[in-house]
Parts: sequence; C-alpha cells; structure tokens
Amino acid sequence: MTAVTQKQGQSATLASRRYKKKSGFVESWNRLKTNPGAMFGLIVLIIMVLLMIYSFLFITKDDVMAINSGNRFKPPSAQHPFGTDSMGRDLFKRTIYGTRYSLTVGFFSVAFGFIVGVFFGTIAGYFGGWVEEIIMRVSDVMASIPGMLLGMVIVAVLGPSFLNLLIAIGISNISGFVRMARASVLSVKGSEFVEAARAIGMSEIRIAFSQVLPNSISPLIVTATARIATSVLAAAGLSFIGFGVPVPLPEWGALISDGRNYLSLAPHLTLFPGIFIMLVTFACSLLGDGLRDALDPKLKQ
Amino acid sequence: MGDTILEVRNLKKYFKSPRGMVHAVDGVQFSIERGQTLGVVGESGCGKSTLGRCILRLIEPTEGEVIFEGRDICKLNKRELKELRKDMQIIFQDPFSSLNPRKTVLEIISEPIIFNKLMKGASKAEIENRVLELMDTVGIAERLINSYPHELDGGRRQRIGIARALAMNPKFIVCDEPVSALDVSIQAQILNLLKKLQKEMGLTYMFITHDLAVVHYFSNDIIVMYLGQIVEKAPSEILFNNPLHPYTKALLSAILVPKVGGNKDSIQLRGEVTSPIDPPDECRFAKRCDYRCEACEAGNPPLLEVEPNHFVACHCIKPGENLLKEREGYVSAG
Repeated sequence: MTAVTQKQGQSATLASRRYKKKSGFVESWNRLKTNPGAMFGLIVLIIMVLLMIYSFLFITKDDVMAINSGNRFKPPSAQHPFGTDSMGRDLFKRTIYGTRYSLTVGFFSVAFGFIVGVFFGTIAGYFGGWVEEIIMRVSDVMASIPGMLLGMVIVAVLGPSFLNLLIAIGISNISGFVRMARASVLSVKGSEFVEAARAIGMSEIRIAFSQVLPNSISPLIVTATARIATSVLAAAGLSFIGFGVPVPLPEWGALISDGRNYLSLAPHLTLFPGIFIMLVTFACSLLGDGLRDALDPKLKQ
Repeated sequence: MGDTILEVRNLKKYFKSPRGMVHAVDGVQFSIERGQTLGVVGESGCGKSTLGRCILRLIEPTEGEVIFEGRDICKLNKRELKELRKDMQIIFQDPFSSLNPRKTVLEIISEPIIFNKLMKGASKAEIENRVLELMDTVGIAERLINSYPHELDGGRRQRIGIARALAMNPKFIVCDEPVSALDVSIQAQILNLLKKLQKEMGLTYMFITHDLAVVHYFSNDIIVMYLGQIVEKAPSEILFNNPLHPYTKALLSAILVPKVGGNKDSIQLRGEVTSPIDPPDECRFAKRCDYRCEACEAGNPPLLEVEPNHFVACHCIKPGENLLKEREGYVSAG
C-alpha cells in the first residue's frame, strides 16, 4: 500500500460509521421493556443490588453480630423495622447484610456452572463421537446425584464456609448447562454458515466457539437466569440445615433456621428473610421468562 | 483447451448407516477446464451436493483423488489445505442458513479477509473499502453494510454469500444450487451476476443444480448423476440435442415447455429410486428403466465414450450402436 492510499483511508469516514447499526441487544431490550413481569423482576433485582451496596457501605459486621440481651424478640417497630432476634440483634440490618451472601451465591455459582458447563457442552455437541460420550456420561453421573446431597457432601468434605458453599452449588449447576449447551449447539451446527466458515479455512475449535456458540447462547442465558433462583434457594436450604454459611453470620437460610425455634413467639424472624428469598427467586424467574421471549428472534416484529 | 484446473478420479464417499453403507458418491470421474462451467444435474439425493463438498474437502472423501492445479487435495495437511481454500470456494443453496445471523454484512464479508490475513497490515478503512468494492461487484447497496442477514431478502443474502466467496479471490467456485431457493425473477439476476463474474475474473464453476433449464444456459459441459454415479457426460449442446441415457431423456423431457399441451409426451419414470445402501452390482437405473433387459442386471455399466466427448453408462449403448432404438416405444430425442 502506498502512503497516499493509507492517508485517504484514514481521512475518509469509515463506511460503517456512516450507516446506523441496529444492535441485537437494543432490539431485545426494547422487547423486554414491554413485558411487565420481566420489568418487575428486573426492578426487584436492582433494588436488591442497591441494598447490597448499601450494606457494604453502611452496615458493619459489628452491627449485625453484637449481642444486646435487653432487646430480645422486639416486634417490628420504627426503630427496628423487622424487629429483633433472640440475641437482640436488629433483623433489618441482618437481612440486608444477608443480601451479599444470597446474591453472590446466586450470581457466582451460576457463572461458574455456566462457564464450565457451556464449555464442555459446546465441545460435546460440536465434536460428537467419543468426546461427547465421555462428557455426557460424566455429566449424567453428576446429574444423578441430587443437588442438595451433592452440596452437603462437598461442604462436609471441604468444611462449612461461604466459599465452599459457592463451590458446592456451582458444581451442582454444571450438568444442567452441559446438556443445554449441547442440545443448543446440535441445533445450530448443521447450518450452512458453519460449512462456509470451514470453507474459509477456520479451525473446528474456532468455529465451535466463534460461529456456533454465539448462535446458541440465548436459551442458555434464559436458563442461567432461572438457575440463579434455584441457586439462591439451594444456598438458603444448605444454610438452613447448617451446611452453608457458618451460624452467626446472617445468611437468609440461617436466619430462617434460627427463627424456626421461636416461630410462635416471634414469627417475624422467619417471615422477613423468607419474603426476601421469595422476592429474589420470584424476580429471577420472571426475568428469565421475559428474556426467553425477548431473545427469541422468531418473535421479532 | 488442455488447461485442466480440476480433475476428479474415482471419487467415492460412503456414509455409515445402521442398515449398511450409503453409497453417496460412487466412483465419479471428470475434469474441468479453466474458465469453464461444469453443470452437475440429478434428482434429490443423487449425491451431487456430497460430490461438491468432497471436492472442497468439507467432508472427507472415502476414496479417490481430487487434483486441483496438479496437487491432490486429499493428501494435503491442514496448513496446505488452508492455503488452498483461498483458491476454492463454495456458494450455498440456502441463503437463509448460509449467513451467520449474528453478524453484519461487513463482518460476514470481511471475515475471510481478516481470518486469512489476505490484506496483511491493512488498516480498518482499507479492509472496509475492499468490502465496499466486493459489495459493489455483487450489486449490494453500500448503505446495507451494517445490516443483519434477517433484514435482507433472499436475493440480497445470496449476493452476500457470493461476495464472501469472492473475498478470497478464488479460482474455482462450487455453486451448490445457488438459485433453487430464490424467486424466479431473482434467479435470473443471480445467474447473470455469476456469468458476469466468471467473465471478469476468469472463474471456473462447478454448478450443481436440479434445474435443467438453468444448467443449459450456464454450462459448457454437463454431468448427469444418478445414485452417486455419472450416467451421462457431454458438452451442453450435445447433451440437449442428443441425450442417450434413458434417465437423461426422462429428465430432459420433464423441462416445462411454455406451450399449451407442450409437456404431454414427457417420459414418466415409474417406481422408486433404488436404495443407495449397499446397492447390488447391476445397473442402478435398471429398476426404473423402460428398456431394461437381462444385460442390465449383469453388472454396473462402465462410462463409455460413444461419440467424441459424449460418455454414457448404459449396457445397451455402445460406440456406434444403440440397442435401445430397436426396443418398443423408443423416443428418439428429448
């Protein structure tokens, strides 16, 4: 190339800049906006995230751990919106503080399962043969153990801590993503654009991840959202039976477990964390349903 | 003449199936001269698309040689094959599934250029100019550069598919039924475009189709395939004026004639296509042939040159004699 053409190339505006680009993301968002359920879910989740940020900034560990025996079992009041628990700790602060556990478990355990599961699922679906056979059988074995039991075993081996809880739930998320990714990839890999990529000399692994996977990702995103709800529940469940976040820390499941002993005396101890769990799972499910509709290109118009 | 760009020798592709081996392509042999077009016709399932993909090694042939410019592409390793892909491209049948729905026109056309580093060191603007040039060549308006495939109609999509193939500066293009999914009016546009490109860029085409009218217009030589084998091979004019194989005759008589009552005496083929799974050693067309005799079951007929450049695989047609003519109900021409 001569210097002249290069100069021309740089001074002229790029043709792609001169014409508007309709992004798929914007179109999906426009469709999602019209779905009231999904918007409700999204707003609830945003509020939860804001609460979590608030708790990081303004609620210290001492606030939620300090015992105040003169203040036990206070019903909800202006000073203690959710009342106080058996040790006189403010339940509102404890519940808000707990968002960090549930939301991080929900998000990171699904992200972990998603990345690992989609990676192996894509390979299984695209390459087939003995690779697929091995991956799918291993995933079958993992799926055949109930998630709760698997979580208990992992936590029992590694010891109860927040990180181990996250790993346990993350691992139980993998096999679902493997199957979903495989099925989704299978339905795309026969397309002619895959052959076209092969005809320009692309390697198979590159085709699998740069051509096929982006076209099979929508159902996986939908599943991921729904999975967040189940993971939050699983974390709460494991904490409830004492296999999750160690006891004095205010994880929602642990809060319910703690309140269970005083159900008739102080029902608000189980009620408020319960409502939070319900809100988060409900919001995730609604958002997942909305995403399914918004990401489906067949519903365009 | 004499400048052969592609030669296919005894090419076979068998697929495993639960009931046995599917003989999709079974001993096909032909060659194409540079700058010419070879038409491949045959009914659905006769192995013509498989043949096209084997030649590009998009699927691995079971047996045989594909010699492109003096090199057997079946023996190339990955690196050499990637080099060779620049010279051989393919245009697909279905413009709706041949373009990645998540990529814009710019991304689709520039992908081969960027991926193969065809314009090493070129700036983004230079690559875009090349894309615009290609878009202009195939007749897509510049303003569509950021469109997604689903926003375009079939004809435009097919033009993008052609531009993508041209981006590699190929010498040889396999056109796998490039117009069969399009409206008739658009078919003509695309065919004219392909012809224009061939003239300007000296391209060689292998044109796979089931539409005989198209192939007549387009091809220098024609191959007629039936169940994975060539039954007749001749220059276009000879094939259309003097079809010899009973299957070719039936195919040609099925071309619609725009005249009232024009198609009344078309030859009707009866029966079903013989299964391609482990076919017996006999003429594969015998079960549907009006002129079959005992000889037809005595083995697969070889492809013989019965007159200059005209090859036929039929037990009853030999150089200088055509036994079919003595049979009852013989139709002399298509």
